[in-house]
Amino acid sequence: MTIDWAHFTPWTSLAGGVLIGVAAAMLVLLNGRVAGISGIVGGLLRPRRGEIAWRFNFVAGLLAAPLLFALFGQASIPRIDAGFGALVAAGLLVGLGTSYGSGCTSGHGVCGLSRLSPRSLVATAAFMLAGVATVFIVRHLV
Amino acid sequence: MNLFSAFAAGLVFGVGLILSGMTDPGKVIGFLDVFGHWDPSLAFVMGGAILVGLFAFALAHRRTKTFFGGAMHLPHNRDIDHRLVGGSLVFGIGWGLAGFCPGPALVSFGSGQDKAAVFVAAMLGGMLIYAAADRLIHEPRRRTRHHA
Repeated sequence: MTIDWAHFTPWTSLAGGVLIGVAAAMLVLLNGRVAGISGIVGGLLRPRRGEIAWRFNFVAGLLAAPLLFALFGQASIPRIDAGFGALVAAGLLVGLGTSYGSGCTSGHGVCGLSRLSPRSLVATAAFMLAGVATVFIVRHLV
Repeated sequence: MNLFSAFAAGLVFGVGLILSGMTDPGKVIGFLDVFGHWDPSLAFVMGGAILVGLFAFALAHRRTKTFFGGAMHLPHNRDIDHRLVGGSLVFGIGWGLAGFCPGPALVSFGSGQDKAAVFVAAMLGGMLIYAAADRLIHEPRRRTRHHA
């Protein structure tokens, strides 16, 4: 293992993390909801009364974020190595996995760990482990 | 008011994701590449978010109502089962494959990236397949119970 100092951005990453925490705080203290993105989107696909408008608005906020960000700064140009096939496969796995496991990086990784939930700790360990193993296989074995 | 706060929370969440570097799949994969050229930045994202989240959820757990007087919906499920572990493992494989998880993918879709659009479409497809399969498995049982 070597550290990739060229891409290491502790301060902007910490600041971005704090904003994510503030957003999760807003949603739970003002709306009484956990900021789990996969769960919020999943609820839009199985619409129930009283469960649509707030989810729709939260997702609209996410989609509008690049516009707001562009007023203040320049987002780094994303490096997307995955081709069409890998993107489709990855999307399907993420959709299925987060539904089956009831959460993703935000719901389990941020909110669940903040709630000190043992369930979310197990989920976070599992998806981190699988992510590390997948990158190891794709980058260093294939 | 409730709807505006949900929009504002989504907006702040999205700006945080962009600032943190989470919307760059290359950076996410760099974080997961522990055995290669490792970029530890995303540990700082989680650290920063949890630092604030600890206080917010401690406060939320002590309250029965939100600051707007609405109901507090906190998860009650405490089961650590094959669904949780299996689902999370499958999610992790997809995450490592493309470097996208749901939030950053939606934000990148919002900035008009066609690769993110492909991922989001497939992700919604995965969620719909799950919902359909779940219905298929649970519906007959429910019907039987109804008849009995």
